[in-house]
Formats: sequence, C-alpha cells, structure tokens
Amino acid sequence: MLFTWWDNGMFFGQAWADALVRLVIVVAFMTVTVMLLIWLERKLVARIQQRLGPTRTGPMGLLQSVADAIKLLAKEDLRPLTADRWVFELAPFVFFVPAFLTFVVLPFTDDLGIRAGLPLGLFFIVAVSSVSIVGMLMAGLASDSKYALLGGLRSVAQMISYELPLVLSVLSVAVMAGTMDLREIVRAQDRVPYLVWQPLAFFIFMTAATAELARRPFDLPVAESELVGGPHVEYSGIRWSMFMLAEYTNLLILSAFGSVMFLGGYAWPFGLDWGWPWQVALTFVKTTLLIVVFMWIGATFPRLRIDQLMAYAWKALIPLSFLQVLLTGLVKVYGWPDITITIPSALALVVSAAVVRKRLRYTVRRPREERLAYLRARAAARAAGSVQ
Amino acid sequence: MFPPLQEGPEEGSAGGKADRQAMIEHEYETVELNINMGPVHPATHGVFRAILTVDGELVVDVEPVIGYMHRGGEKLSENLDYRQGIGIQDRTEYLAQMNAEQAYCMAAERLGGIEVPERAEFIRVMCVELNRCASHFMFLGAYGQDIGTFGTAFTYAFRERERIMDLFEELTGERMMYSYFRVGGVAWDLPHGFERKVQQLLKHIRQGVADFEGLLTENEVFLARTRNVGAISKEKAIDYGLTGPMLRACGIPWDLRKEEPYSIYPRLEFNVPVGEQGDCWDRYKVRLEEIKESVKIVEQCLDMLPAGPIMPERMPRMLRLPAGEVYMRTENPRGEYGIYLVSRGGNKPYRLKIRSACFSNLAGLREMLVGEYVADAVAIIGSLDLVMCEVDR
Repeated sequence: MLFTWWDNGMFFGQAWADALVRLVIVVAFMTVTVMLLIWLERKLVARIQQRLGPTRTGPMGLLQSVADAIKLLAKEDLRPLTADRWVFELAPFVFFVPAFLTFVVLPFTDDLGIRAGLPLGLFFIVAVSSVSIVGMLMAGLASDSKYALLGGLRSVAQMISYELPLVLSVLSVAVMAGTMDLREIVRAQDRVPYLVWQPLAFFIFMTAATAELARRPFDLPVAESELVGGPHVEYSGIRWSMFMLAEYTNLLILSAFGSVMFLGGYAWPFGLDWGWPWQVALTFVKTTLLIVVFMWIGATFPRLRIDQLMAYAWKALIPLSFLQVLLTGLVKVYGWPDITITIPSALALVVSAAVVRKRLRYTVRRPREERLAYLRARAAARAAGSVQ
Repeated sequence: MFPPLQEGPEEGSAGGKADRQAMIEHEYETVELNINMGPVHPATHGVFRAILTVDGELVVDVEPVIGYMHRGGEKLSENLDYRQGIGIQDRTEYLAQMNAEQAYCMAAERLGGIEVPERAEFIRVMCVELNRCASHFMFLGAYGQDIGTFGTAFTYAFRERERIMDLFEELTGERMMYSYFRVGGVAWDLPHGFERKVQQLLKHIRQGVADFEGLLTENEVFLARTRNVGAISKEKAIDYGLTGPMLRACGIPWDLRKEEPYSIYPRLEFNVPVGEQGDCWDRYKVRLEEIKESVKIVEQCLDMLPAGPIMPERMPRMLRLPAGEVYMRTENPRGEYGIYLVSRGGNKPYRLKIRSACFSNLAGLREMLVGEYVADAVAIIGSLDLVMCEVDR
C-alpha cells in the first residue's frame, strides 16, 4: 500500500473523508499540472517558432503560469449587460467540472488512481467528457455576441461529430481487451501495446482527440483570426481562466487516456512486476509524449474550415472507425491471430491518407456557381415572401 | 407567413409532397445575419471593416468600409517640396517603402528630365527588390496567421524580414521610414562591405523560402483552405483593375517591369511567375516565386554594380520642376503603384494623386468572396495583401 493512512481501500476509513481527500488530490494535482502544461506549451511552441518563450518569471520562466494566474484572479469579473446572467456565469463550471471528473477513473499505476478499478471506466470517461459540450454551448448562447454564438454552435457541431470516431476507436480496443475496465485494458497490454494491433484506431483517436480538444488544426470554435476567441470572447478574469484550466485538463486527460488505451499505460514495456515508481514514470513519459505530439501538431498546422472539418469526420473518420470495429470483431469472433488485424488496419490507414492527399491536390471543389445559384434561389424565395 | 397547415393529402399525390417539402424548408429556414468584421479584428490587417451578410456559413454579400486610415497624404504632399514629399511615400506604403519612393522620384525625374546616374539606378533596384522580398515575407507570415498556423509561419517570415530591415537600417539609418531615394539618385552611397552583407542575406532569404515551402506550400490543410478558394477569372480580374500578384495569379503575365520597362530592368534577367486559376493558393505561390526572382535580380545587380556618382552633377539645392503633368507607374509588391504629378513650376507639386494597388485589388473583393464560406473571408482578405494606409492614403 502506498499510504499508511489507507484503510479498507479508503482514506481514513470513512466514506466522506475519503471523498474529500480524493477531491483535494484531484484539484490540487490538476491545477499544478495544468500550470506546468501551459509553461511547457509556451516553451515548446516558442522553440518551434525560434523564440525563447517566457524567461523573466522564475528559472526558465517556470513561474509564468503563476504570474498569469495571479493576474487573472485580480482582474475584474466582467459580464456584458445584455448577457443571460445565470447561464453566462454557470457556463465555465459546466465546462470545467466534467473535465475534472474524468480524472477519477484513470489508472496511473496498478493500484494508484482515484477510482481506477471502475468496471465501466471507459464508458465513464466517454460519457462524462461529452458533458463539457453543454458548457461551450451555454457560453456561446449567453454571451449575446455574434462571434461567441458562432463559436458556440461550431464547437457543439464539431465535438458531437468527433465524439463518434473517438468512441468507436476506443471501442475496438475494448473489443480487443474484452473489458471496459481501464486497469484490465492496461494489464492486457503488458507484452504488446494495442498500437501495434490497431494503428488505424490510434490514428483516428489522435485526430478525433485533437478535434475534441479544439486544438489546431481543429480549433474552429476559438479560431483567433476569425472568431477572435469564440465562446470565451466575452469572458475575463477568473471565468476565462477556468475555461483555459479545463482545456488543458482535457489535454492531459485525453493524453493519459490515449496512453492507457494504445501505448500500454504503465504495463508496457516493463510488464507488471516492476514497482510503482517505474509504473508512474512510464505513465508520465507516455502521457507527456502524447501531449508534446498534440502541441507539435498545433504549432505547425493551419486551421481547417467548418465544412471540411465536418466532411472529414463523417466521410473519412467514421467509416474508417466502423471498418476498424468490424475488423476487430471478425478477428475476435473467429479467433484468428491478432496480426490479421494489423495488416488491413495499416493498409486502410495508408490508403485513406493517399486518397485524402490526392483529393486535395487534383480534384476541383464543388464550383462556386452552385453555391451562388443556391443563394440566388434563396433570395428569390425571400423576395416572393414565401419565407420570413 | 407560415404555409397553411393541412391535413395531409394522400401519400404520392403531387400537392401533398410539395406542401410537405415547403413545410420542411420553412422549418429549417434561417435568417440572414450581418457580421461586422472589423474595424478592429485580427484578420483585417490594419483598420478595415467588412460588413458580411451571411446565410448560414455562406457569404451572401460583403460591403467593404474603408477610410479609417485616411491621413490626406496626397494633400499634404502639395505643401511639401519634392525632397520632403518622399517621406509621405514611406508612410503611405509602409511595407514597400523603397518601391513607393522610387515611383515618386521617377515621376519627378521624368517631369524634370533628370538623368539618374547608373550606379544610383543599380542601388535603387537592389533596394527595391530587397524591399519586395521583405513585403512578400510579411504577406507570407500574416497569411499563415490568417489561415491559422499559430504564429509559426509568422516567426519564420519575420526572421527573414528582420534581416532585410537590419540591412536597410544600416544603409539608411531607419527601420521603417527610409527616405533614402532622392529625386535624381539616392541620398548617399552604400556603406563599406555592404555588398558582402547583401550576399549573405540572399543566402538567408533562399533558406527562408525553402522553409516556407516545407511549412505551408504542400501542407494538406493549407491546400484544403486555399485551393479553389476565392478564385477570380481573368476577365473579371482585368475588369476590376487588379494588378500585381493578384492579376498574375489568374495566369496573365502582366508585370510593369517587363511591359513598360523602367530603370535598368531591361538589362536584367528574371521571370514573371504566373498562377493558373486565380485562387488564394496561386496568389500565395506567385508571391513565393517572386521572392526567388527578386533574389536573382539582386544577385545580377551585385555583379553589375558600376562605380560612379550617385547623384547627377549640378542638382539644384531647391528643386523646381517645369510646369506640366506626368503619370509614372511602377511594379510594387502589391501591384501597380502610380504617381500622377501636376506641377505649375514651383518647388512643390500642384497636385499629387496616388494610384493605389490595394485600392483596386480591394474592389474585386465582392467578386471573390460572395458564395464562399465565412471562414474563407479571412483567407481571401488575407490573400489581397492589404496595406490599409495605401488604400486610404
């Protein structure tokens, strides 16, 4: 056991004390980690962009996030006069709480986690993390700003669309493992991580997770050069910082989730016999790796357009993820060797990438004349009075 | 306004189907929405306001509102003599200052019949082409930012632009408002070791272009965002008076340096890059290629740079031009930059009119934007490479 005050699987042996302690752990751990993540992103992106990043606050600018947090706390909490007061003020919490809740089921070692042994852990993460969408929508609607409204609607459309490939890609992992318990899924990977059997699913997961996090190239909801910040545009001070906190928490959660599902979590490559310090280190390294990949993608890719974004989800990612689930199911039902998943999966990944590449370079998009004709018909209908 | 609700006729009867269709369409009808993009918006490059009318995500109409940056530069020039007027040109076209100065000086020279010494011409062309590179780098960076690369393209571009500006600072003593050209030549000669530094700079510029090719040109997302977006046909482009890279992207090799050769351009070898279909990607690509051509021109200038004076002998201390009028146009990074100069014989222009490239390019905005998506508005406005000071003058 890790802690001497651990009793019956509970802190202090009392349910309420246990809940309180776990709550404190979640909030304290997350807040500190998010501050480090923000520092990491600033430094990493600065290096990619040939800048230095923060240098003045503390050693290597480590205290930059602390300074930012103090500044944000001290700022006036502004609210537009015409905003819907309660919805506006509650939106950050609705966005923020689910992000922290998902932390509960993540296993960091074989016996360290808030509720790591939850039999439906996978289901819990998927279900709870999608509640965040409501917060975005509330923020967008309540701000009474057109940019915020557009951003809010975009984020809902985007997150609902990309929820599907995300869920389907982890579903095929669940089919592989035969369980939804995250700890069991990790234990099943002590020899070979699922990335090897499911390259397509891993790719779909990373893409969909980037979209779920609203990071580039899928940062349409907050598109700075178009919507000037999207749903957060009217927020300031502590409420704005809660949005940021939740965003980085989601980044951490999804990276940890990805490392558990595809990279073998704390089990691979050492196996389960190594002690918990090794397991923590493995989790840390893998999670950080995925976070850095997300940041790297974010620093170098431009932003997609909303119709391209939706088309990519519905026409490319969702059929591909169905294919992956089907393939995994077939192999499991007939008991074929696992390698029979890898080959078609990798092949599908390569072929789909080639198709996208070719389409972008050589096909002409639906010509503008069609859209213009559609607009003209709408205008005529409006003039004829058939439409308000 | 609601279509009358009916107890539905039988399935298959024509009336019932049409009515249901109308009801469905009514149910999902959205109203048009006005979006005020600007005057303070990160994608408008200065103070520019576009009133977009959108229907869902499609742009129905756009009304550009300009004039926020009007400073009366043309009127001011009437009260400044020919040497002081150069400073106004810097401030009008603040990303391609040397090019604007060149147009102004050449207009005055043509009116006064002043011969520019050869060395001064070479120095001028060198500065102008380097400034073209700087201006195009500014476009590349800002365009990457518009499309959404989170500053990476911006810093890549600004690295090279800073190098060019450092060199200009050494040459002219200023980072932005150079005022280096004079009517008849240039203000002073190149500093010691300048040629070597230019040669080093050209290496960096080439590297910068290569970096950009790697970062954006073949990037799938960038292709998706810019190919076939905001296309304008050759005929329309000519009708709207588009010039410069905007016109060349449509496939028309119209470059004043070739069509109406001025200065020493006839003696230099360079190509005029053209696009194919006049979309945003072509505009980007044409500008990228133009940097390479400019590098070639500067290299040739360095090879051919003659010794000699930089101002004609016996220039009067206070320049007075004979009465008359002249129109002189040059190829700026943004297109045709023309100076219409009327003199009544004094030491100041009687009237100065600037033919702004951006102003005409902006006129084609509606043609490019209507029927595209809202998010493309940013990509298309960005591809115009606007300098609002030049539009409003």
